[in-house]
Amino acid sequence: MSEAATLQTQLQHEAAVDPVENPLTPDSKGKLGMWLFLAADAMTFGAAIAAYGALRIGNMNWPTPSTILGIPSTAVMTFVLICSSVTMVEALSAIRRDDQAGYRKFLALTVLGGLVFLSLQAREWTHLIAGDGLSIKTSLFSATFFILTGFHGCHVFGGVVYLSVLLLRGLAGKITAAKYGLVEVAGLYWHFVDLVWILIFTFVYLI
Amino acid sequence: MSSEAVAVSPHAVAHEHVEPNYIAIWIYLGVLTVLELVVAYAPIPKAAMVGLLVGLAWAKAVLVAMYFMHLRFERRTLAVIAAIPVILVTFLTFMLVPDLSTRIYARHHMGEVVRMEHALGKDVSGSNPNVNPPQP
Repeated sequence: MSEAATLQTQLQHEAAVDPVENPLTPDSKGKLGMWLFLAADAMTFGAAIAAYGALRIGNMNWPTPSTILGIPSTAVMTFVLICSSVTMVEALSAIRRDDQAGYRKFLALTVLGGLVFLSLQAREWTHLIAGDGLSIKTSLFSATFFILTGFHGCHVFGGVVYLSVLLLRGLAGKITAAKYGLVEVAGLYWHFVDLVWILIFTFVYLI
Repeated sequence: MSSEAVAVSPHAVAHEHVEPNYIAIWIYLGVLTVLELVVAYAPIPKAAMVGLLVGLAWAKAVLVAMYFMHLRFERRTLAVIAAIPVILVTFLTFMLVPDLSTRIYARHHMGEVVRMEHALGKDVSGSNPNVNPPQP
């Protein structure tokens, strides 16, 4: 092992023993900001889900969700969102290597995943509203369902717009390896939306 | 050498380019989703089903946060920020317990409550299920 490599290993070891706890370095400000936003957003979702649980436990006429909602099609939506999270990390991985073509391809697939999810949700809502005559005023079940999935759907829509902007800038050649932080921060948002859907799928659809 | 460093201490290479095996995480998430569907349709008691489903959902959420959001490889500050809403929402859920107990009590003793409210001369036409029940 060369002397330089030994020194580097030693430096890494020191970093492990005494990690530099300074999140306010210029390259991580965006990440810290996004995590703070996500923490606040998580509390909104958490409060909404907790309120849903309280209403549901306190209501004796709560229907079994699977009798009204389509579980198989929602499972497909869940899988689409998980796949779009994987393409998002692949896009980040590509731009870190300065692989522009890979970045554009995987980010486009991520946006596509978001659009497929929104289309399936629009189809589901259309079926429930036009077909079954449900509205937000019908019952506590429908009110909590539309609020939780609607609030999450707004997040997916916001994410699609956010990632589309990054994709357009990528197509213009404006995103380089030096700017991978922008992609990482956008990825945090997208994975969070995926994470929240995992919980909504369980609490609203499966249980 | 470097793979050993990752295994022993993720912080050691936090500033380096750390990449978990994303495809493996994808497969885990897929398998957990299939397991959830199996549990949801399995003929098991409701309480066991709810417990299993919540556990599986949290396992998936933790996988996403740790590996896709890189929390496993980040500075501790971000993990603390991520933990705060989890702690507060858990606390909020427990704060809802007194409300739930009155609702469940009212559900079982609705007739009794209505009679008592009548005796007190209160209007019960709204039949709010969340009325304060009398102490047993």
